[in-house]
Amino acid sequence: MQRKIKNLELWVVLVLALAAIIILPCLNVYTAETSWLHVSNFTITVYGKYLCYAMLAISVDLLWGYTGLLSLGQALFFTLGGYMMGMYLMRMIGDLGQYHQPIPDFLVFLGWTKLPAFWEPFSNFPFAMVMALLLPGALAGLFGYLAFRSRIRGVYFSILTQALTYAACLLFFRNSLLLGGNNGFTDFKFILGHDLREASTQRGLFIASGIALLLVYLLCKWLTTTKLGKVQRAIRDSENRVMFSGYSTANFKLFIFIFAAMIAAVAGVLYVPQVGIINPGEMAPEKSLEAVVWVSVGGRGTLIGPIIGAFAVNAMKSWATRAYPDLWLIFLGTMFIFVTVFMPKGIVGLPAQLSAFYKKRFAKKPAEAVVAAKETSSAKPE
Amino acid sequence: MNAPIKQFVLLLEGVNKAFEGFKAINDLNFYMDEGELRTIIGPNGAGKSTMMDIITGRTRPDTGKVEFGKDDSLDLTKMNVPEINRLGIGRKFQTPSVYIHHTVFENLLLSLKGPRGVFNALFARTTSEQRDRIEAVLKTVGLTNRAQDLAGSLSHGQKQWLEIGMLLAQDPKLLLVDEPAAGMTDEETHKTGELLLSLEGKHSIIVIEHDMTFVRQIARKVTVLHQGHVLCEGSVDDVQNDERVKEVYLGRKKKH
Repeated sequence: MQRKIKNLELWVVLVLALAAIIILPCLNVYTAETSWLHVSNFTITVYGKYLCYAMLAISVDLLWGYTGLLSLGQALFFTLGGYMMGMYLMRMIGDLGQYHQPIPDFLVFLGWTKLPAFWEPFSNFPFAMVMALLLPGALAGLFGYLAFRSRIRGVYFSILTQALTYAACLLFFRNSLLLGGNNGFTDFKFILGHDLREASTQRGLFIASGIALLLVYLLCKWLTTTKLGKVQRAIRDSENRVMFSGYSTANFKLFIFIFAAMIAAVAGVLYVPQVGIINPGEMAPEKSLEAVVWVSVGGRGTLIGPIIGAFAVNAMKSWATRAYPDLWLIFLGTMFIFVTVFMPKGIVGLPAQLSAFYKKRFAKKPAEAVVAAKETSSAKPE
Repeated sequence: MNAPIKQFVLLLEGVNKAFEGFKAINDLNFYMDEGELRTIIGPNGAGKSTMMDIITGRTRPDTGKVEFGKDDSLDLTKMNVPEINRLGIGRKFQTPSVYIHHTVFENLLLSLKGPRGVFNALFARTTSEQRDRIEAVLKTVGLTNRAQDLAGSLSHGQKQWLEIGMLLAQDPKLLLVDEPAAGMTDEETHKTGELLLSLEGKHSIIVIEHDMTFVRQIARKVTVLHQGHVLCEGSVDDVQNDERVKEVYLGRKKKH
């Protein structure tokens, strides 16, 4: 019964994903702008952005919902991935910048005439992509190694991850890091020879994000079925028991932490060319907190929940920041409290919660009878 | 003096452990034979749990020797929790700790003896031998018909049995069982006692217990701990008639 439901979820996701990846771009290209079916370029870009947020949300849930590690710094890895992509995109501007120099504008502004050595290899797309995975992975590895070896758990782990992303944020604000300071990177022109201002390029990025999200989903789905996935959830439920069963839980947590950081990095890589800007503000503590809200609203401990949560909360954000710009944060906070108190399993858990509520409310007597029957049957000696 | 030491499966000699000045373990000497079922009793704060912590690597002793293995004495004071467990020392906690969101079957699967690495776990498959082994353990602890239920849905007593089953799945040489009868009904307690007795001889077992009816049911040799030190050892009757034990339990003052 449970397995059937799980398979159903897989099919729903596959169908929806393929539909979104194929149908939305088609509606963008082949319908007239006046048609009610038309999907505007703007919508494509916005949804592309949400797809990246969904990947970030999955990476948060892989740690929080599946391993019991509440990371409040996941946007750090997202942003680092984004910066690697950003460096490549900055090199692709060539001499089309404001100063018409062969180096990025902010370097000219800082008085540089030659490209700093560490910037050189980022003209190469594959190198930038490899770095986008390796650097966040290595940082997660180092931080995770130190944290898990020292048996830092629970709220202390959360606070440390938050501090890490804040420290990185302050570091990236400095001009001397030669990564654009507080302005970060923007004014991108080309990616792999395609003009970023063309609708077709944005469609391509949307499709790439959709495929990436689908692959991340399937990979995580597979991971949860492996023994490693079982150990992961066992750590969440009783880490002591796992340690006293001979598993070095630190190694398992480290593996998941690095894996999740890399997923977040992929999301960041695809996010930057679609929104056209990356700056240290993306690693500000509240960005990571927002991702946690997406997961809790959608339903943690599931893979579909974070995707639903990322879309729902960000769609609401797009609307609310236009309609009531001053009230958005109050909105977000209220929503988080409401979900935590009244919907502990999020949107995904709502049907089960409602049906349980319905049964309790409207079928009170039969339910009581069932409970009573169970009690008497279990009390019988074997 | 040195020669007979090798015969013990577990040896603690001159062990001391203090927590901020409080001597939890005070010059503790403890020897155990292979296949023995030993019961440890003692009032609260006697150092029973600290002793378990020291054996399993959760706490390091300040001084003293802790050795495991009949033929090759392994120094446990230099190893961490998972390493000591992999030597074949299983521990059951006082409060049942099972994986409540996994099925009973999966709980045992994760506990089965075998490789414990991350990458091994990534590609591990359940073999038919493993299934047979799990079936056997399920039968031993009487949970065969609950195999596919979530562990969280078990009763308190059943969770305790499942945890004992999880230890057995590892086929440990030494089992440390901390108050298995706590919170159980009389019937469950009796069943637990029978379960432990059935394991006698196959594994070396240390049981910590408060419930004297239960101790009477299972006890062979009883060790009484007091203030981190072995007060006396012997049969249940010997121990219960010992003046020093009465003093400790009933709080009578010494008449010096």
